[in-house]
Amino acid sequence: MGLETLFGHSYLTTRLDEAVNWARKYSFFNYPFVTACCGMEFMSTFASTYDIARFGAEYPRFSPRQADVLFVVGTVNEKLAPVLKRVYDQMCEPKWVVSFGVCATSGGFYDNYATVQGIDKIIPVDIYIPGCPPRPEAVLDGLLKLQQKVSTESVLDRKYR
Amino acid sequence: MSSYLIETLKTRFPAAVLETHDFRGDETVLIKKEALPAAAAFLKDELGFDFLMDLTVADYLPREPRFELVCHFYSSKHNYRLRLKCPVAGTDARIASLTPFWAGANWFEREAYDMFGINFEGHPDLRRILMYDGFEGHPLRKDYPLKKRQPRIPHRD
Amino acid sequence: METKKAELPRNWELEKLADGRMVLNMGPSHPAMHGIVRVLLTVQGERVMDADVEIGYLHRGFEKTCESVTYNQCIPYTDRLNYVSPFINNVGFSLAVEKLMGIEAPPRCQYIRVIMSELSRLTDHLTCIGANAMEMSAFTVYFYLINAREELYRLGDSVAGGRITPAYTRVGGLTRDLPPDFKQATAEVFRMVRKNISDADKLLTRNRIFYDRLHNTGHISKEDAISLSFTGPALRSTGVPLDVRKATPYLVYDRFDFDIPVGSNGDNYDRYLVRMEEMNQSMRIVEQALAQLPDGPINHPDFNVILPPKGEVYGNIEALMAHFKLTFEGVKPPKGEVYQAVEGGNGELGFYIVSDGTGNPWRVRVRPPCFSLTGGLSQMIKGGYIADIIATFGQINMIGGELER
Repeated sequence: MGLETLFGHSYLTTRLDEAVNWARKYSFFNYPFVTACCGMEFMSTFASTYDIARFGAEYPRFSPRQADVLFVVGTVNEKLAPVLKRVYDQMCEPKWVVSFGVCATSGGFYDNYATVQGIDKIIPVDIYIPGCPPRPEAVLDGLLKLQQKVSTESVLDRKYR
Repeated sequence: MSSYLIETLKTRFPAAVLETHDFRGDETVLIKKEALPAAAAFLKDELGFDFLMDLTVADYLPREPRFELVCHFYSSKHNYRLRLKCPVAGTDARIASLTPFWAGANWFEREAYDMFGINFEGHPDLRRILMYDGFEGHPLRKDYPLKKRQPRIPHRD
Repeated sequence: METKKAELPRNWELEKLADGRMVLNMGPSHPAMHGIVRVLLTVQGERVMDADVEIGYLHRGFEKTCESVTYNQCIPYTDRLNYVSPFINNVGFSLAVEKLMGIEAPPRCQYIRVIMSELSRLTDHLTCIGANAMEMSAFTVYFYLINAREELYRLGDSVAGGRITPAYTRVGGLTRDLPPDFKQATAEVFRMVRKNISDADKLLTRNRIFYDRLHNTGHISKEDAISLSFTGPALRSTGVPLDVRKATPYLVYDRFDFDIPVGSNGDNYDRYLVRMEEMNQSMRIVEQALAQLPDGPINHPDFNVILPPKGEVYGNIEALMAHFKLTFEGVKPPKGEVYQAVEGGNGELGFYIVSDGTGNPWRVRVRPPCFSLTGGLSQMIKGGYIADIIATFGQINMIGGELER
């Protein structure tokens, strides 16, 4: 934001951090980069039984420019890797990445010529949700972890990656 | 019925039929690849095989001819199936396309080209389908290593 | 990276478009393209003049991977082919290997496989219609149908221990028997599924907006559908009553009374109606199968095929050896090749397996039903509006895992 950098780590900036992080963590606009099987659990999580709206993250934006959180849901292969990178680059700061399921996390049990062994080979990742596919409870847990992570960040520290 | 199909093909193409079997009830005819278009036309027009259910290739590496084109036909009129195979040499990986007979062969052949490097002559639009431009080699060939990756963009770390 | 000119998509040459047409790229990261399909459209205003469908964004090397694992280890990979109806893939693969070995699973196992396949078909159609309705902005229907699917997932979870990726079958049998309260649980779930389907039916079938967007869009003729190797609801919507369950019955499908719904027009609306009716037929099959369900073992008795029970392994040297050999080397079918077709959610799902007599398959080929359907997509959307692509693409129910394997 600019002005707050003048104050450094002081009372003002920590109060500002709290207010900004509170707003950020309860209103994630997510970009669902859904490719594979995990998408089925992603749908379940967004439907009424598990209702991710309780955590303020129910609103998908299909334009990366309007999204805060990139959900990479499913396997990413070498052909798709440039697309993922491009979507990530188009998102504005602050942005977070959630790796949804083991394929996105590490390639899972697909270890062959086609697959990328984890999206962290392409883009930085904030939260990994394990499972093949993760149950909706695990997804919500991952979301809470992301909220925790966001609440510890400072407007001063956020580095442009 | 079982021997009827095989016998018909044998009498129709006596020089082209190399081998037949009906292992586990799947009737199979192995024919020379030069006879494929004629056999396909015969199957479609006279025997009533209206569906090309599947077209794929199998690689039997040390052996020569190395590849086998495998087609599964289905006749909805008579409700029976037939497998037609053609040996294709590795040094001369070309075979006639089935797209003039079944439009559905288009993508199946593109996949076979992409995965095995078989050239289908007469195919309207033969290019890679699953892999990407710049990918070298054909991944389902037995001599392509399972884990040989060809990234399109540099990886981090 | 240098790209070869010959491999660029056909209609990517902008210089040809001096007549007012333009090239529009749709996907691969587009909400209506389900993440992984790219369509290069040549449009004139809102009309689609030409379309080039590009796939491969979820190619995960299933066929190559299967060549280096044992037959039973392939089963978890088959879950992830059509991840909307995983049980059907499990069953199809197991049936193919059993056919290769010349064995047959016990009757109880066959009934259970039918039941689980039909539950999978329900989840498949529920997801397809729900997602399609959502893309047509009928969001309520999505919630109704996904809630019904959720109940079915829980039912499948109670049987197989996995919601989406159960890996339930083994060559010659199953991982476990049905839970004791399964019949009652199914009856309760079906009550809810029927209610939700009926609600969705009331909201969609006579809905003017939904009808207008689906009726006469994505049309395909009977001859074209056959020539393009269409199967499943997309073929039946054109009026061809082809269903593998009726044509070449596998398992015990010939013991049940069910109908094959067919359409007449070959458009999206007929496909929708066919799917709606198929769900009712699936529930009919499950109810009949549960009524007829015989007692008995669920696994093939031969220890060379299926893992012996733990008690035997600890107390009997033959069983111990069989356990060791099966775990490390896997089942060893004789040399040969088979093709086994089952009716998947989208049509004929075929497995072509070549064995060289060892524990690893020499070649595993899947005949994915939506591969042909997606191959015919460009023909179905040509001449229509851009907005119709979403309806058509939703109704052919492209599933990336089996499309690109």
